[in-house]
Amino acid sequence: MIPAQFEYVAPKTLEDALRLVERHGDEAKILAGGHSLLPLMKLRLAQPRYVIDIGRLRGMNYIREENGRIAIGALTTHAEIESSDLLRAKCPLLAETAATIGDIQVRNRGTLGGSLAHADPAADYPAAVLALDVEIIAASTAGTRTVAVGDFFLDMLTTALRPGEILSQVRVAPLAAHTGTAYEKLHQPASGFAIVGVAARITLGKDGTIEDAAIGVTGLGPKAFRAAAVEKELRGKKASDKLFAEASRHAARGVDPLSDLHASADYRREMAAVYTRRALGRAFARAQGKA
Amino acid sequence: MPAATRYLGKPLKRKEDPRLIQGLAHYVDDLVLPGMHHVAILRSPYAHAQIRSVDVSKAQAAPGVVLVLTGADVRGSIGSIPCAAQIPDMKAAPRPVLAHERVRFVGEGVAVVVATDRYAARDALDLIEVEYEPLTPVVDPEKAIEKGSTVLHEGHKDNVAYHWELEGGDLKAAFKKADKVIKQRMVNQRLIPTAMETRGVVADYKPGERQLTVWSSTQIPHLLRTQVAAMLDVPEHSVRVITPEVGGGFGSKLNIYAEEALAGYLAIRLGKPVKWIETRRENFQGTIHGRDQIDTVEVAFKNDGTILGLRIHVIADLGAYYQLLTPLIPTLTGLMASGCYKIPAIRTEITGVLTNKMSTDAYRGAGRPEATYLVERTVDLVAAELKKDPAEVRRKNFPKLSDFPYATPTGVIYDSANYPGSLDLALKLSGYKKLRQEQAKARKQGRCVGIGLSTYVEICAMGPSSAMPAGGWESATVRIEPSGMVNILTGASPHGQGQETSFAQLGAEILGLEPGDVNVIHGDTAIVPYGIGTFGSRATAVGGTAAYKALMKLRDKLAVLAGFLMGENPGKLVFSDMNIFSKTNPKKSIPFGEVVAAAYTAKRLPPNMEPGLDATTFFEPSNFTFPFGAHVCVVEIDQETGDVKLLKYVAVDDCGNVLNPLLVEGQTHGGIVQAFGQAMLEEAVYDEQGQLITGELTDYAIPRAADLPWMETDRTVTPSPVNPLGVKGAGEAGTIGATPALANAVADALSPFGVRHVDMPFKREKIWKLMQGVRAPLGARQDRVRAPLGARQNNGGRRSK
Repeated sequence: MIPAQFEYVAPKTLEDALRLVERHGDEAKILAGGHSLLPLMKLRLAQPRYVIDIGRLRGMNYIREENGRIAIGALTTHAEIESSDLLRAKCPLLAETAATIGDIQVRNRGTLGGSLAHADPAADYPAAVLALDVEIIAASTAGTRTVAVGDFFLDMLTTALRPGEILSQVRVAPLAAHTGTAYEKLHQPASGFAIVGVAARITLGKDGTIEDAAIGVTGLGPKAFRAAAVEKELRGKKASDKLFAEASRHAARGVDPLSDLHASADYRREMAAVYTRRALGRAFARAQGKA
Repeated sequence: MPAATRYLGKPLKRKEDPRLIQGLAHYVDDLVLPGMHHVAILRSPYAHAQIRSVDVSKAQAAPGVVLVLTGADVRGSIGSIPCAAQIPDMKAAPRPVLAHERVRFVGEGVAVVVATDRYAARDALDLIEVEYEPLTPVVDPEKAIEKGSTVLHEGHKDNVAYHWELEGGDLKAAFKKADKVIKQRMVNQRLIPTAMETRGVVADYKPGERQLTVWSSTQIPHLLRTQVAAMLDVPEHSVRVITPEVGGGFGSKLNIYAEEALAGYLAIRLGKPVKWIETRRENFQGTIHGRDQIDTVEVAFKNDGTILGLRIHVIADLGAYYQLLTPLIPTLTGLMASGCYKIPAIRTEITGVLTNKMSTDAYRGAGRPEATYLVERTVDLVAAELKKDPAEVRRKNFPKLSDFPYATPTGVIYDSANYPGSLDLALKLSGYKKLRQEQAKARKQGRCVGIGLSTYVEICAMGPSSAMPAGGWESATVRIEPSGMVNILTGASPHGQGQETSFAQLGAEILGLEPGDVNVIHGDTAIVPYGIGTFGSRATAVGGTAAYKALMKLRDKLAVLAGFLMGENPGKLVFSDMNIFSKTNPKKSIPFGEVVAAAYTAKRLPPNMEPGLDATTFFEPSNFTFPFGAHVCVVEIDQETGDVKLLKYVAVDDCGNVLNPLLVEGQTHGGIVQAFGQAMLEEAVYDEQGQLITGELTDYAIPRAADLPWMETDRTVTPSPVNPLGVKGAGEAGTIGATPALANAVADALSPFGVRHVDMPFKREKIWKLMQGVRAPLGARQDRVRAPLGARQNNGGRRSK
């Protein structure tokens, strides 16, 4: 519970932070809330030479509308996302997801950018941001680039962020008309992480057919993913409980589920179906203006 | 207890809470002494291995490192960890403070580093090179006692630590007379106590005065002083143990640990204060665990529900070594195997087994939750077999009120009880009849709802010295200071139970003062007379009685003095409102402070009266006490996920008279929550290699506030005849009574699926699997439903005639 020696740096501007990240490369870890990094360091599973604390950067903590999208600064805490009126009105899925993370203390410290960049396979946000098709902005000394979320999560604890980059912003489109979203999570009773977490977004046409469906799944495999097979089963069809139940059976298709003390691979696979169906049911009700 | 009271029995808020809530309390880790060094301990990564060599040269040379010692370095200087329990023919399994030659569980200390700061100490651990030769780990207690198993300890022929038997009544006749016999295997899983504050020790040695002071987060400061002195071979009067604020114990700090002796040794050797603070991983690996029994019960009963006999076999996993009470704990299961029932014949056989794991020892309830669990599950199995209401089967087997004091076939004497009274109240409060109707309705709707009952009795207020390894009395000193302020010094060592409040209530009541005038001091062996400590729900029943007796001694002395000063009969005085009144003439009084002052100024004392106001009592109880109660709960299982939700909880407990109902309620709530933890979440899991894979709070699940519904609690009051206060003890009852209620509710919920018994913890996947492949079973007849999994668990050894 005592970390190895490291050097702590706390830059005040993003430019300084980027220069430090560039200079120290693999020897550095970015601290953006610390709820994943610090436990790893205390157990000496992570022993970075430098810890670059970006918590003091100004102007990285915001939720605002920009050019028809909602821009969220990387250092926005889970608690701020959970309680944001703007998100609750225009992108409730993120607020709903944030509210299921850890406990109040964790949500007061942990940040959106920190969580996404860490890419824990059982974290909650990845399911939601995949279902929302967000854009992730990566900053470096060379400028910024935009990464589509579908290209972001590469593997367990591995993202498309390149050396020298800091995740600086997440952009998300406001909810379209006749659209409902929901996040359903089976939490691991000790850690509170997701054994399975399913974020669903459904857009209904005028006749009640499903125009669009997006399903993000976390906890099941080494990285969060879009349940494309389920989405395919849904698109263009008339929404019904039966359809949701049948489509949800494909939730784990193509994935080799994790197996651990808390849930076997088989159980995870079964729960992926159950939680997908539940998320779809709730998203559908909301798309209809119910619940 | 007097009928009309001013403070006693009233729900006063805890005096302890403001400092705890404001962060003003002082724990061991808050202690900073000048020049203090820090200690870190290298622990074995192997469950079972021979130590070939330990090379500390690199660690010793590291910056900040003051001293590095191995097991071989200290073996001649520090005695092994004491075990106070003695069981006939028990094999010895002493644990050295640091392993030498062989390690026997993951987390066993191998070397110790002292450095100028915590970081340097921790860093140096990585520089110690240990060459291990791994041996076959012995993990499963049932396999450990098979022929050919690797043996843990040299000189032992097998891993059986002891064999213990207790039989009362004519068991043969009971089983012969029986209409039916059921046999069931039940696992009472290993738990990790998980006190919020881990253990910690600071030790300081003053060479000039030859005084060693040890600050430790412990439940037993005096016993610790005696044992540390013995382990270090220093005179006991040169050791002082101070227990600062303790952030939870639950029995895990009712022990003597290697680090307590090591810290003392290092402080003496270095002439510097040293501090060791346990990390959570160390706490999980190296502080005692609880429970861990495999119980097999055979019950003989009649068709009308009368239980005739119990045959119990316990395989108790003791771990690799004995801590203070390790071998003793399972025997408490045998003592309490009668539950709150009149069972004519009982035989309990215990096989204590040594395995490559941390020692088990006292964890909240300590042997009694295991007894209550197996008895209460058994009663429900009988009820299910006979298709009778479990409340009726219980009622059928309760002893009559006229049977008390009731002597069980296990050789204990229950002091007083009213089992039907608490059951009736619990059934009424829970609306039991209506709950059953609602359950029937819910089942028709396809919902999986279960109702669980438990009626328990437990043994506490430990307890007469004849039955306790280190004595079972408790001490108290009461000092009324010259200003009239009162200090109560108790040998108990409260660490969350609230005796600073309840003993102040007691003092205020007896002396006619305010609770604020009475201060309670504990946990410092240089100030407080020798005491036994806080465990076994004894602090109020034994320690409180000692305080009561010491208070009465001073009250009597004050009465004589006041009578002398007032010209009144001392037997006719009343202590009230900071005054001493004449009973016959209430207008005649003398201020309490004036009498106290007279005792100290000693100008006008009755002939032969000594000056001063100081009284000490050592109270020896004549028996244990036996609190009891009835719990009712309702659970619903999500059939798609196996998730068990607790919907309702009603607890009726009887702990005799109550000094402060708020404290009792707090103990009850906490106990139920820990019982919920065992039933639903907690399980210390060692893999086949003996690695503790629930090694952190990220994997070992403990209950959260949001997991539990509102708990309805109520009490019946059956005073104990064992002590003048009529109190019994409330610290463990919640844990003891609640686990079987929850287990019975889950078994009840699963009964339509053909499940007769399922072992704790009721993790989702386990429950889910039991329900798989059983479609639309609700309302179906039990024998037509295929039990899909764990057939051995569910249908093991059923026999009818």
